[in-house]
Amino acid sequence: MATRELTIDDLTHLLRSAAGEEEGVDLDGDILDTEFATLGYDSLALLETASRLGVEYGVTLTDDDLEVITTPRALLDRVNTRLGRG
Amino acid sequence: MTDARAAGTAVVTGIGVAAPTGLGTSAYWAATLAGESGLRPITRFDATRYPVRVGGEVDGFVAEQHVPSRLLPQTDHSTRLALAAGAQALADSGLTADDAPEFGIGIATASSMGGFEFGQRELGHLWALGAQHVSAYQSFAWFYAVNTGQLSIRHGLRGPGATVVSDQAGGLDALGAARRQIRKGTAAVLAGGVDSALCPLGLAGQLSTGELTASDDPSHAYLPFDRAASGHVPGEGGAFLILEDPAFAHARGATIHGEIAGYASTFDLSPDDPDADGLLRAARQALADAGLAPADIDVVFGDAAGRPDADRAEAAALVALFGPGGVPVTAPKSATGRLCAGAGALDVAAALLSLRDGVIPPTVHVREVDPDHQIDLVVGAPRRPADRPRSALVLARGHGGFNTALVVRRPPAIAATPSGSPANPEHANPDGR
Amino acid sequence: MTTRRAVITGLGAVAPGGIGVDAYWKQLTDGQSATGPITLFDPSPYRSRIAAEVDFDPVAAGLGPREVRRMDRATQFAVVAAREALGDSGLEPEATPAERTAVALGTAVGCTTRMEQEYVILSDSGRDWLVDPSYAVPELYSQFVPSSMAVELARLARAAGPVSVVSDGCTSGLDAVGHAVDLIQEGSADVVVSGGTDAPIAPITLACFDAIKATSPRNDDAEHASRPFDRTRNGLVLGEGAAVLVVEELEHARRRDAHIYAEVSGFATRCNAYHMTGLRADGIEMAEAIRIALDQSALAADDIDYVNAHGSSTRQNDRHETAAFKRGLGAHARRVPVSSIKSMIGHSLGAIGALELVACALAMEHGVIPPTANLHEPDPECDLDYVPLVAREQPVDSVLSVGSGFGGFQSAVVLARPDRRTP
Repeated sequence: MATRELTIDDLTHLLRSAAGEEEGVDLDGDILDTEFATLGYDSLALLETASRLGVEYGVTLTDDDLEVITTPRALLDRVNTRLGRG
Repeated sequence: MTDARAAGTAVVTGIGVAAPTGLGTSAYWAATLAGESGLRPITRFDATRYPVRVGGEVDGFVAEQHVPSRLLPQTDHSTRLALAAGAQALADSGLTADDAPEFGIGIATASSMGGFEFGQRELGHLWALGAQHVSAYQSFAWFYAVNTGQLSIRHGLRGPGATVVSDQAGGLDALGAARRQIRKGTAAVLAGGVDSALCPLGLAGQLSTGELTASDDPSHAYLPFDRAASGHVPGEGGAFLILEDPAFAHARGATIHGEIAGYASTFDLSPDDPDADGLLRAARQALADAGLAPADIDVVFGDAAGRPDADRAEAAALVALFGPGGVPVTAPKSATGRLCAGAGALDVAAALLSLRDGVIPPTVHVREVDPDHQIDLVVGAPRRPADRPRSALVLARGHGGFNTALVVRRPPAIAATPSGSPANPEHANPDGR
Repeated sequence: MTTRRAVITGLGAVAPGGIGVDAYWKQLTDGQSATGPITLFDPSPYRSRIAAEVDFDPVAAGLGPREVRRMDRATQFAVVAAREALGDSGLEPEATPAERTAVALGTAVGCTTRMEQEYVILSDSGRDWLVDPSYAVPELYSQFVPSSMAVELARLARAAGPVSVVSDGCTSGLDAVGHAVDLIQEGSADVVVSGGTDAPIAPITLACFDAIKATSPRNDDAEHASRPFDRTRNGLVLGEGAAVLVVEELEHARRRDAHIYAEVSGFATRCNAYHMTGLRADGIEMAEAIRIALDQSALAADDIDYVNAHGSSTRQNDRHETAAFKRGLGAHARRVPVSSIKSMIGHSLGAIGALELVACALAMEHGVIPPTANLHEPDPECDLDYVPLVAREQPVDSVLSVGSGFGGFQSAVVLARPDRRTP
């Protein structure tokens, strides 16, 4: 199980694999502060992504976390804090 | 009575196909007329240690070309095929959600095993790795209603939705359900079925019926009505059609492929009993529903189980209805394998194309029709009857006793007169038969 | 042309807290919750470890050893409920021609329990992708196709007319009864054995509902975990069971002097075309289904005496359907009693719609409206009369029952007195 820092590249890779990529959205662009909803990801997509984070990085995002995390930056911050790499 | 009968019909304005013999209607039809087979050794997994190793897979299907990226992680292979065929049917009809009143387009699909490969994979994740490895999409990706929901969402179809499960009879039953919705006031319905369970667990399930052939030779495996019939080959795929209220279709100037003129379904309490009469009853009721006599039927697309006893039962029903050799019978599914819920819808697509072109496709692979069946099976080359076929009967049976029959008719607008003259006597006087 | 009308003449129920219609009705009218910790297997790996289980012994319920071996738990439920319903209908065996008898059974997840058990054996507990078919039981295929459930009911009822399973997710139970009405009205059958069944309390179901956080994690207070319309609700509680309704053509029922519970006077379903699991807050599609079902019944919104809600104990559902009631019933939404029996028997997916219709028929029969249990702190956004905690005695002549399902299905059924005045 990896415990290294989660990067934005890791996250976009994870998002693509867990939930695909919305047409017209460039995940390789500057998306750190773009809302997940704007990126085309609904709550189901985030649940699946969170589930894979748990499996691949050993980080659990709680229901409360998922309520407040709305951007990739917020997600990375939360995960890396949990990993002790924040 | 003309009006009452017309009010009960639905016309077909779009066809979409995903079959082992072709992805897309024109590819499928060209291969079907050319007698090409889609049966090959199974490639989707290593089937070498299974007693059945031949299947009908949809070749060359690249999901990324047909399914949006966002839907890929959440869809089973069968749903991806359904999304491809459904989109194609809509495109063929030219219909979009904006063309109909709000709630004006419904959806009716058939399924038999749901998104089974997806389900097997997630069961594996659960049991081998643990609950946290199970996909969030498992909550709907494998269940039977998934194609209804995904197609409805993809195309904005907000009318009535239905998913019918009656095994191999389901594809026809979905069309029956769609026609019922149209009769009750829905303008148009996307209807049909696509199935695929060509994964190890799915094949194990199908094997347990004892109805599959163990033959390893794809050209000598699924031989319906042949002396050498030994069971069927499993396949994947199916078709979707757009059914419309005739007045709605005419008002928007849609091209009419044909009419769903009659439909009926029955059940056999003892399907293996030689006296089981369910298929015959379904056929008779569907003809009565269409207001046609057996003599009006120009071709039959058979269920074609490929097992000697089941073939004998179907042949007996055909002889009872049409007399010995009384009507050309064909089974293009000998080139695709049996597609579960996809079969009936694909056969209706084939029947519509057959009536359009005035040509009956052959039952490939069959070399020696069992003479005891007393049926006129079209084998070898396509047949072009001198009198252009106008009406077809499509039959389907599902494991456990399900029987469904459906009658399709060619539209008068593309009748024999080259000019497409409206003065088609049959149409002008539908009760004059 | 005379219009053929469909009426309910027989009821059967296998439900958490009670097998048989009488026990089921007592459970509901007592306001008793049947939810608790899962006992069918060890639920410890899961986030939500609670459910409403049926205390079910198939042999005690009258099934033989061969039937037990052949049938999944959900199929067993359906057969037991069908036997009760057929008995209740008073239909003599063979009195109706088999060709005029049909089956329309709803299920969302079919034979999940057995499918998973067989998978574990064939795959060596999930280790093998290439499962070993030599370990397959002869009836394996029947566990993979829910159509096998309809086959069992057809053989039981001697039905040789149209037979099928309706699988529209969590509206399957309602939609199956709606399909039965279609078959009666169009003349395809005179008697339809309809209803719904599911037995989804299995590891795979728990795992996938955990993954979308659909189920309540209130493991320390299982009995009070299903709380539709309550501010503190936090997810659905899985249930299981079956209900079968004998739906019969009105004149056919009258000729044999059958007891008629109600007419199924309206049925409609619409898709939201929005999301496989999500609901828009506006409830437009469910409201449309309600309006059509009322229209078919020749009833006005004001005529509805009781609304049986979907009430699945999720926030998005409660808001969605409260909006749908306001949109579909207008001002009457604020006057009519609305309750969710899922508060007591959980959410049994494709069975629940049929179990709810049995409850509606019994509400008409007895003049009692079952309550919404566990509703102590109404969500301010859910501002209707949800009949909290205690059953209410009141004449009930017309009922609306609604359901929502994964896939976007929104269905409405109206039950009414067949002898009501119609325009």
